[in-house]
Amino acid sequence: MSSDHHDPLLAHHFDDMEQQFDTNKFGMWVFLLTEILFFSGLFVAYAVYRSNHSDVFEYASQYLNTNLGALNTIVLLLSSFTAAWAVRAAQLGQNGLVTKLLGVTVLCAFGFMAIKAEEYSHKYHEGLLWGGAEHSIFKVDTNTVDPAVAEHSEYWSEVKELPPEFRRQIGIFFGIYFCLTGLHGIHVIIGIIVILWLMRRNVRGDFSPQKYDAIDLGALYWHLVDLIWIYLFPLLYLIS
Amino acid sequence: MTTTDPSVNYLNHEKGLRSWLMTLDHKRLGLMYMWSTFVAMLLGGSFALALRLELFAPGQQIMSKDFYNHMFTLHGAVMIFLVIIPSIPAALGNFVLPIMLGAKDVAFPKLNRFSYHLYLTGAVFLIAAILTGGLDTGWTFYTPYSTSTDTSVIIAVMGAFILGFSSIFTGLNFIATIHKMRPPGMTWFRMPLLLWALYATSVIQILATPVLGIALLMLIVERVLGVGILDPALGGDPVLFQHLFWFYSHPAVYVMILPAMGVLSEMFAVYSRKQIFGYRYIAYSSISIAIVSFIVWGHHLYVSGQSTMVSVIFSAITFTVAIPSAIKVFNWIATMYKGSINLTTGMISALAVIWLFGIGGLTGLWMANLSTDMHLHDTYFVVSHFHFVMVGSALFSYLGAVHHWWPKMFGVMYDEGKGRLWTIMTFIGFNITFLPQFLLGTRGMPRRYFDYAPQFEFLNKVSTIGSMIVGLSIVMVFWNLLRSLKNGKKAPANPWGGVTLEWQCASPPSPHNFEDAPTVGDPYDMSQNRFVSDEEGYVPVTPSENDPYVYQVKVEEA
Ligand SMILES: [Cu+2]
Repeated sequence: MSSDHHDPLLAHHFDDMEQQFDTNKFGMWVFLLTEILFFSGLFVAYAVYRSNHSDVFEYASQYLNTNLGALNTIVLLLSSFTAAWAVRAAQLGQNGLVTKLLGVTVLCAFGFMAIKAEEYSHKYHEGLLWGGAEHSIFKVDTNTVDPAVAEHSEYWSEVKELPPEFRRQIGIFFGIYFCLTGLHGIHVIIGIIVILWLMRRNVRGDFSPQKYDAIDLGALYWHLVDLIWIYLFPLLYLIS
Repeated sequence: MTTTDPSVNYLNHEKGLRSWLMTLDHKRLGLMYMWSTFVAMLLGGSFALALRLELFAPGQQIMSKDFYNHMFTLHGAVMIFLVIIPSIPAALGNFVLPIMLGAKDVAFPKLNRFSYHLYLTGAVFLIAAILTGGLDTGWTFYTPYSTSTDTSVIIAVMGAFILGFSSIFTGLNFIATIHKMRPPGMTWFRMPLLLWALYATSVIQILATPVLGIALLMLIVERVLGVGILDPALGGDPVLFQHLFWFYSHPAVYVMILPAMGVLSEMFAVYSRKQIFGYRYIAYSSISIAIVSFIVWGHHLYVSGQSTMVSVIFSAITFTVAIPSAIKVFNWIATMYKGSINLTTGMISALAVIWLFGIGGLTGLWMANLSTDMHLHDTYFVVSHFHFVMVGSALFSYLGAVHHWWPKMFGVMYDEGKGRLWTIMTFIGFNITFLPQFLLGTRGMPRRYFDYAPQFEFLNKVSTIGSMIVGLSIVMVFWNLLRSLKNGKKAPANPWGGVTLEWQCASPPSPHNFEDAPTVGDPYDMSQNRFVSDEEGYVPVTPSENDPYVYQVKVEEA
């Protein structure tokens, strides 16, 4: 096998840069497909319970903070925009700009997580948790609710009057809410790690207009994380 | 990087354990998968023999009820997740796919290595589960039992989760390789049928396995946090888990059987020295099986309380799977017709599969049928049916494939006489083991019990004796293969007369597969090579100079 090309940017099993880039990108798209299917199980759970208990879901969704959810949507959209811009900048060889844009993306990601943490801690404090959680106010048997939580939760007086089955299904709503947003949050954290890694490589000078595959793929992944949130926001926060 | 020294090959160009574990070479990864599946098969096989010994007579024989529950669970989990799922797709697929395609490697060699490392990690988790309290849920992990038993469900489920990702990344790699790494001349319809089968398999792996991943994750969350989605006590629905589980696990059956069918298509053509019959039909049937496999999972839930209407629809779609499956079988038979059949060990395995898959496939229709399934559900009939498919068809094809490509992998010939003998013995033992189980099932013996009513004793004894024959014969099959590594005859580049590209490179191949770029032609045009007794193998018939695809020299009958 005569390998005349000794281009260090080209892996030995590819014929040319174009094939290498195409293959990498194709692989990423397939991976994103698997990610969507990974989430699909929870979306199915959502669909099943919502179609069986649409009244519960409409009622329970009012416990979510729509303003914070909307703010997070804007934050993620902005980060997706800067990620896409970073790809363009890498294509044009503006490496300094790439670092800045990825920096903004990562800051947005941290901002998203901070807002999410604020939401979670509020839910925890108020006992707005799935039925199996110790702190939950959505227990079927109201006597098993932790009195300390019941005392300071502003929702307790309302919740304790609900029929048991209704209360139980609100617990399921919160189970689905925490699973979906939690799994999404894990993906955001992975995204943060990926973008920080890309920034480091960019500062080190790994990327050029000839080869910036990693930035392109990282941005694609980040768009998916954004896209999933775009679905989660209306499905969970905007039901009623 | 031009290596002209023929004694340098992928097996010996680097040495040491590290050079294997950290390799990026798809061939070495394929071999490591293969050895791993063999070890796991030994483990899962001994579990099976222990189960059969327990069932030799009614009442307690050699183990307690609890231990029996652990045994059948681990037998299933090990055999499915560690043996059959990675057998042909990962072990053989890694070895042959890039070479058959004419590529230097898979699209993402590092991801490929990562897949193997994930496989090892998942295996460690499964073994850790065995050592830390075992597992008694059945390999299906059904809720709500799996969320309440105090055995090591979480560790085992994490193992299955990790193994799932290993499988996803292999599938992703193969799809990207087939789409983007085909050399000039290798069009979709010049691809060997094994590649079509591996492609269809990979599609299932990437689309179905993530759903298993999330189902298992939900199970873990349910156990750890009591999130309620799968827990009826909290208003959840345990049947949701069954749906998600079978959305993966039904297609997973085709992850096992499709590549086996691909292997058979290769072997029937090569060992009949004949153009494969109905190339396009076989290729399309692989794809259609993959598609239909996604919409039949409900046939596992006939008795779970799903609506009758839904059951009827699932039943009807399930029946349609018989069509592409039968297309393949008929085409194989037509390929053999008037062929010059070479009864090697590989071919004997292939012929055995026609019988075994015939029985396994047709008994599947009994259970696709709603009314008969009510009677047969969760009996030994089911056990026998899926063993005919998973072991009888998938594992027999794997064994045949290992014999078929053994000379290519290691450059040595195994002992054909002993190979034939022990393969036939495995086949006989298999039938003695599982045919009685159909009878036991129709007479109402339920699966997954450590005891049974006295009237089932005779058939159970026969079955146990059969399983001992299988156990012994399989060990002898492996022994025969292993012995050849030490004193097997040197293999020619093309011992069987295959036309697919892997037979154009040396046995064993050089580190980068091909010394000269291979000529891509019709993968089943057997007139492209002829037998030469001095070589004890087949050599290419010289092509004309201006058109590499037209061969003017006629085959000399060897
Ligand atoms: Cu099925």
